[in-house]
Amino acid sequence: MLRLAARRLLKVIPLLLLVSFISFGLLNLVPGDPAVQIAGEFATEEQIEDIRAGLGLDRPWPVRYASWLGDAVRGDFGVSLFSKVSVATQIWDRLPATLSLIGLSLAISALIGVPAGTFAGWREGTVLDRFLTMGTTVGVAVPVFVAAPVLILIFGIKLDWLPATGYVPITANPIDWARSLMLPAIALALTGAAEIARQTRAGVIDVKKQDFVRTAHANGLATWQVLGKHTLKNAMIPVITVIGLQIGRLFGLSVLIEQIFNIPGLGSRLIAAVFENDVPFIQGTVLILGTVIVLVNAAVDISYGYFNPRVRAAA
Amino acid sequence: MSSHASSAVDPVLQIEDLAVEFITEHGWLTVVDGVSFEVGRGETVGLIGESGCGKSVTAMAVLGLIEQRSGRVSRGCIRLDGRDLLALDSREMREIRGRKVAMVFQEPMTSIDPAFTVGNQMVEVLRRHLPMSRSQARQRSVELLDRVGITDPHRRIDSFPHELSGGMRQRVLIAMALSCEPDLLIADEPTTALDVTVQAQVLDLLAGLQAEMGMAVLLVTHDLGVVSETCERVIVMYAGEIVETASTDELFARPLHPYTAAMLASLPGLHPDEPLDPIPGIVPPRHALPPGCWFEPRCEHAIELCGSGHPTLVAVGGRSARCLRADDLRLPGVGS
Repeated sequence: MLRLAARRLLKVIPLLLLVSFISFGLLNLVPGDPAVQIAGEFATEEQIEDIRAGLGLDRPWPVRYASWLGDAVRGDFGVSLFSKVSVATQIWDRLPATLSLIGLSLAISALIGVPAGTFAGWREGTVLDRFLTMGTTVGVAVPVFVAAPVLILIFGIKLDWLPATGYVPITANPIDWARSLMLPAIALALTGAAEIARQTRAGVIDVKKQDFVRTAHANGLATWQVLGKHTLKNAMIPVITVIGLQIGRLFGLSVLIEQIFNIPGLGSRLIAAVFENDVPFIQGTVLILGTVIVLVNAAVDISYGYFNPRVRAAA
Repeated sequence: MSSHASSAVDPVLQIEDLAVEFITEHGWLTVVDGVSFEVGRGETVGLIGESGCGKSVTAMAVLGLIEQRSGRVSRGCIRLDGRDLLALDSREMREIRGRKVAMVFQEPMTSIDPAFTVGNQMVEVLRRHLPMSRSQARQRSVELLDRVGITDPHRRIDSFPHELSGGMRQRVLIAMALSCEPDLLIADEPTTALDVTVQAQVLDLLAGLQAEMGMAVLLVTHDLGVVSETCERVIVMYAGEIVETASTDELFARPLHPYTAAMLASLPGLHPDEPLDPIPGIVPPRHALPPGCWFEPRCEHAIELCGSGHPTLVAVGGRSARCLRADDLRLPGVGS
């Protein structure tokens, strides 16, 4: 297991380099001369030169990349072009909101999806199964920008159970933190929960026909042991893959959700930064989010080793 | 020896008039019909027949696992140590399985959960049925692994199934099945998937364990060679019903049913110079059974009468056979 983790983490290094290279390259995707673009329509030649020197654009790109990466590794992503506020400070201020939104939403999708799929698969063909399968079909089909306003209308405004918008940091008040994130996290979790439920159901149906499940029955194990231990652990392998795929999607959708629910996360700031051509902020954010996704995917891969010992042996 | 070959002194298992149905495209079909036999304490009984004859279904019925396979017991009675198993609810049955009656299956490669160590699964079974601490159960598991001939059991107990060979996995499954010292072990083709040399070792192991623990064994197999080496009595099934019962010696020396005789004739190795003689035709499907004897279309001794009435299982001098001509045929056996 340790060997598997070590090997997988070694593979992270080239991936992170690639992420950093792409983040850095973003600057060059800005059409035309970045300095001219950033300076705006009415800038003088001097101002443009200043910006160019400030961005280090007068040096060749490998040098710029090396110095930018060197700073980034030390946690320095430069300053925002207009506000002159440190990019790192802005990211650290906003990352917790985004990460808690995604973490909570992932937890909700797993907590709904895995049990729902397990019961549907175990009771395949029953009314309960059909009901749950119908629910997952709806869950997959409803887009997040529809689910979010509906949830706000029902639980935020009509029933007034939860705050409709806004965000409270966990350090301020953990209960208010959970309450403030509940609606956005649920809106974000619906599709994932439905996909996890479907994959779990398929996995359980497949695994419960296996010979070792018959052995477990023949040895008189209790239902919870046959289902909760032997069936579920084996059925989880494809589910883990689905959860891994969810994570990237959740980061993408979190941009939208943060806008709708007015959460001061990275996503909402990122959109503003794009409009402002705030290249250092975009670079820093893409690098940080890319790193988080690469690490989470590595963790998902390593967890295969727990669910499937043969993966461990192959490492 | 008992007076009737399907009954036993001090029976552990008593099956009476068992019928099992499965749902198919042709509706509910009876795949085991009117099966009755007993297995005595410490006895080894062979249940034989071609694949699809209902022998495995009979075994699964004893374990109460028919419902798992979308079937149902439609008639009859199964008693274990005098207790009516069919009257138990699924919770009570789960306490009997693995404790009073255990089963070893044909496919050792796929019958152990690949996600947990051998020890984890053995401890789980022991602690499910017996009041043991985790460390006691682990200690007992090491002893059991040692007993079934696994070398270095202290290390092997922490192995995952994929680290073991097929023969070792079958030994683990036997150890698991016998861990709570059941009164009856059902072994369904326990050696079929194994190499020939390993087959003999596993059969020896089962015989040794049986002698030691005094349990009864119901050996389900299509392999008459295995039966001749291990069983005291044999029950022959064909198309879901019993066609012959006899002691192993009697059955091999002088089969009464032409189906038994045909199976004996198809045994390889006994007459190396002669070509193999497989039984022609196939077992008739349940929805298209012949009107008379179900073996009649494949039987080389069939007479006109065989095609009209379905014969009953008739006791013939301490054994029984379901054949109109059981008395007048002199069918060839093997050996002596």
